[in-house]
Amino acid sequence: MLSFVAQRVVKGVIVLLAIVVLNFFLIRLAPGDPAVVMAGEAGASDQVFVQQLREKFGLDKPLPEQLFIYVKGIATLDLGFSFRQQAPVSKLILERLPATLLLTLTAFAISLALGVLFGTFAARFAGTFLDTAITIFALIFYAMPIFWVALMGILLFSVTVDWLPSFGYETVGANLTGLAHVVDVAKHLIMPAMTLGLFFMATYTRMTRASMLEVKRLDFVKTARAKGLSDGVIQRRHVLRNALLPVVTLAGVHAGTLIGGAVITETVFAWPGIGRLMYDALLQRDYNLLLGVFVTCSVMVLIFNLITDLVYRLVDPRIEFAA
Amino acid sequence: MKQFWKSMLRSPSGVIGLVILLLAIGIAVFGPLLFPNSPWRMVQRPFLPPFTLSTVPLGTDALGRDVFAGMIFGARVSLLVGLVSTLVALVVGVPIGAMAGYFGGKVDDALMRFTEFFQTIPSFALAIVLVAILQPSIYSIVASIAVVSWPPVARLVRGEVLSLRTREYVQAAVVTGQSNTWIILREILPNALSPVIVLASLMVATAILLESSLSFLGLGDPNLISWGYMVGAGRTVIRQAWWITVFPGVAILISVLGLNLIGEGLNDALNPRLSREGR
Repeated sequence: MLSFVAQRVVKGVIVLLAIVVLNFFLIRLAPGDPAVVMAGEAGASDQVFVQQLREKFGLDKPLPEQLFIYVKGIATLDLGFSFRQQAPVSKLILERLPATLLLTLTAFAISLALGVLFGTFAARFAGTFLDTAITIFALIFYAMPIFWVALMGILLFSVTVDWLPSFGYETVGANLTGLAHVVDVAKHLIMPAMTLGLFFMATYTRMTRASMLEVKRLDFVKTARAKGLSDGVIQRRHVLRNALLPVVTLAGVHAGTLIGGAVITETVFAWPGIGRLMYDALLQRDYNLLLGVFVTCSVMVLIFNLITDLVYRLVDPRIEFAA
Repeated sequence: MKQFWKSMLRSPSGVIGLVILLLAIGIAVFGPLLFPNSPWRMVQRPFLPPFTLSTVPLGTDALGRDVFAGMIFGARVSLLVGLVSTLVALVVGVPIGAMAGYFGGKVDDALMRFTEFFQTIPSFALAIVLVAILQPSIYSIVASIAVVSWPPVARLVRGEVLSLRTREYVQAAVVTGQSNTWIILREILPNALSPVIVLASLMVATAILLESSLSFLGLGDPNLISWGYMVGAGRTVIRQAWWITVFPGVAILISVLGLNLIGEGLNDALNPRLSREGR
């Protein structure tokens, strides 16, 4: 178990290193001399200042050395400086990270719970009206762009029937504390989390349904039935548990998409997370910040993948922890 | 071929998807000819509600531009970006997967680590960064969508090639001294085609969603109107004018749905063995 985790962590670090190197070259692909761009972002462009910046960030050094400085910086959580926001990139990201984690994890929980539930129902009543209805429902949600679902949610629940707030993390200026604050944040969370969750719910529904129908025909299910176990026990303990394996794999694959979706969702709902930060960086062409968020997203995906790998091994007793 | 169309037309999802796709292609190709209103020109007063004037059936946006015209011209961009970026992704992914599967060993290891690396990077975030850095244009959009969507192709092709490589007819080709390129191109790839076609149809759908998301964030080609751009532009005035965001979104939904249905139909028609597995 431990050696497995260690192995995966080492692999993750190598991938991360590669991403950082990619990031380094992407910055240099950005139009213009980075020092001039930074000077422009800081609102000054005289030669002396540009030269100072060049020295400060080691831009006058040869490329390999610059790369080394950059990697060393990231290893010490130094992601550079955002001149637009006048703050270190890592500080900006750390401030916004909790909101993004709250949003993505809630959305993930919603999508997995509802997806497995609907998928199980569809498989249980395969071929009936319920199955068809769930399948069509999932197909439609799978085809809707997230930003549009978000806007339709706002149109429906904020504009037409004023039930839910359409933007932000909490009511501005309300200064609520304790339980009232939690309720307030939860109210703001419902729409973004549902928006983000519904797309993934659709994929999990389809996957669970297909996978349950597949497992249902296997011999060990027949054995369980022959032993006289009740239908509910067979469905839950034998079919569902095995059918969940591909769903877990899919969840790991989707980590990156989930974070991409968070960028859109946070933008529409003005949710103060790193996705929204990425959008702001985009609007202001703040490349340091943009790439800082990109590295952070990649790290989140790596961690999430590690966790799904572990869960996979917990759910599937056949796989041993030796890699 | 006849067999293929027969089973394709037997699956209801395939038929519905084909009808939708043909309609969308028809609109994209002929629409702008039949409906010459420029989507950028002011044709009426701003915020004209839909269904009030027959010349501007779906109303106007905040600048008095024709929403219907925008949707018709937008079909071109969405379909074009979807198709071309998928083609580029295939051009990158198929050779990588084929080489990895055929040569095996170290080549396979190296190519697959490379593929996995691209699969780990959050795709939409990478697409945003690429388009932002290369500056938004139809080329940078196609390129970045292709960059984030080729890995599944490579993995799929590798798996197929891996299983086909040991078949007797391939061994026979090796024995008769055919070159590796010839064997891959003439013996193996044609037999690995059907799952690739299914994947490609689904990739076009994903590419359309990606393009619309990029345009929505303001990373679209500034010279081309697209559905995502329209929704993004209507977003700030959604309280006054719902139609500006609703109609283009419906267009995206229907096209993507159509392509997904085609993917399902193709799956049933081309790999009856896989069809029950879903995706």
